[in-house]
Amino acid sequence: MSGRKRTVNIASLLKLSLALFFLVMMIFPFGLVLINAFKSRMEIIQSPLALPGSWSFDNFITAWKTMSYHVVLGNTLYITALSQIVLIVFSAMFAYLLVRWNWKINKFIFFMLVCAMIIPFQSLMIPFVSIFGKLGMMNSRTAMVFFYLGFGMPMTTFMYHGFMKGISKEMEEAAMIDGCSYFSCFWRMVFPNLKSITVTILIINILWIWNDFLLPSLVLIKENTRTIPLSTFYFFGEYTAEFGLAMAALIMSVLPVIVIYLFLQKHIIAGVMDGAIK
Amino acid sequence: MYEEKTKQKSLGIFALFGLLPLLAFVIVVMIPFISGLLLSLTNWKGVLDGIQFIGLGNYAAAIKDPGFWASMQLTVVYVLFVTILTNVLAFLLASLVTSGFKGQNLCRTGYFTPNLIGGVILGFIWQFIFTRVFVFIGQTLDIGLLAKNWLTVPQTALWTLILVSVWQNAGYMMLVYVAGLMGIDKSLLEASQIDGASSWQRLLRVKLPLMVPAFTITLFLTLRRAFMVYDVNLSLTKGGPYNSTQLIAMHVYNDAFVNQNLGPGQAKAFLLFAIVAAVAMLQVYILKNKEVDSL
Repeated sequence: MSGRKRTVNIASLLKLSLALFFLVMMIFPFGLVLINAFKSRMEIIQSPLALPGSWSFDNFITAWKTMSYHVVLGNTLYITALSQIVLIVFSAMFAYLLVRWNWKINKFIFFMLVCAMIIPFQSLMIPFVSIFGKLGMMNSRTAMVFFYLGFGMPMTTFMYHGFMKGISKEMEEAAMIDGCSYFSCFWRMVFPNLKSITVTILIINILWIWNDFLLPSLVLIKENTRTIPLSTFYFFGEYTAEFGLAMAALIMSVLPVIVIYLFLQKHIIAGVMDGAIK
Repeated sequence: MYEEKTKQKSLGIFALFGLLPLLAFVIVVMIPFISGLLLSLTNWKGVLDGIQFIGLGNYAAAIKDPGFWASMQLTVVYVLFVTILTNVLAFLLASLVTSGFKGQNLCRTGYFTPNLIGGVILGFIWQFIFTRVFVFIGQTLDIGLLAKNWLTVPQTALWTLILVSVWQNAGYMMLVYVAGLMGIDKSLLEASQIDGASSWQRLLRVKLPLMVPAFTITLFLTLRRAFMVYDVNLSLTKGGPYNSTQLIAMHVYNDAFVNQNLGPGQAKAFLLFAIVAAVAMLQVYILKNKEVDSL
């Protein structure tokens, strides 16, 4: 009996140390960036592993000023937030149209959306730059929102479509007999039922758009229109030798997401898992 | 299903619910796609003046380009290792965090962290680690393997890319596997245990067959992400040293925007699309056939 217990303990100890090992592997890069963000160039060259001699915020202040962090953060927030609103509003409505009306064209559109989901951005980008460059849509943050609606709509509609099929329309029909229009019916009776899938979609789309690099790098050329990933890219390229500064810039660029994750981790993990099986 | 009495009413509803998103889709995705297809059949150099139809000339040029094949070969090696290693690690992590120990939720949260951050930034973080931290450790402790900067050696540079990609993606795929593992009917596992199956047999004969839908998703996602990778490639190695890590997405980008080979570049982009679509569909098709019903 005690022998069996011991093997169980050894097994669980092994499991625990393995889990801990992987936790360290996943997290240590961020820790290293954090401690080096407080150090001077010389300190980093002497030892990138040592704790900083003094916790000075000079690197952060310089990096903030050089990359105009407040402008960049504002751009990223503006593009991400507006894109989420239009993507949610229009894709949910579009999915409603595709689910509730049995038109032939709806089936065709749905098929097109599914096909579009496997087109890589690389096969669109060359004509994309040429067309929208000529139309003068470069350097426009609002145009970015429109682009994200176009690129994100197939996937978002697809997810809403799958979820909405499972919602019965009895309630809607009852409301419609009482004179409720399709539009108000959708917003009052259907949309409130889409809460859980909306959270999942929001998480997936926010992570995508907040971190997106290739599309903004082609569209947002002017310095004052750049988003965080873009600005970090140019900053790092310019200050590669200034390790401390570069590390501070990296910390500033990941901080907003990490802080939000610390508060909402349960919802984010659950949301991604929900999205995974659908 | 709702029916409308008149065509006009149907059109009205279509316009109200579908016009704007459909318009955005057509303008942003369909028009570039179709013009890309047409332009890949011409000698387009960025302007429409004097444009001529040249049939499959660009595709022929793309196929003959040794740079394209070199890059494709690298990409296949990269995709193969990333797909296998990511999924093995992800499955292991998923088994760990569903085995029921204190702190398993903390581990889930921790393992997922790299997925919150964009590839460009992750690439820079690892660039610092490979050039400064590993080299420092190698020199201080006199470990030959670490003392050299892996990013500057062609043989190891591709491995840095594989390593970072596995590290980045494993947490996400882990969540898909966790969702799959939690969806397995407990009574099936108990029944097999009563029948005397060892934990290894239970994994192979019960869990894995029931997890096929999860594998369909994770393999699709890892294959797709690995074929398309650009951000990490750009910030970690920039394709160097000596083009030894220039993966296909970066090759297409450079060909089109750096070397201004717009026609052949577009042809390569479509070849990439065709390859990815074929691999992804083949994989989904094969795994769909292996799916079992749990009842």
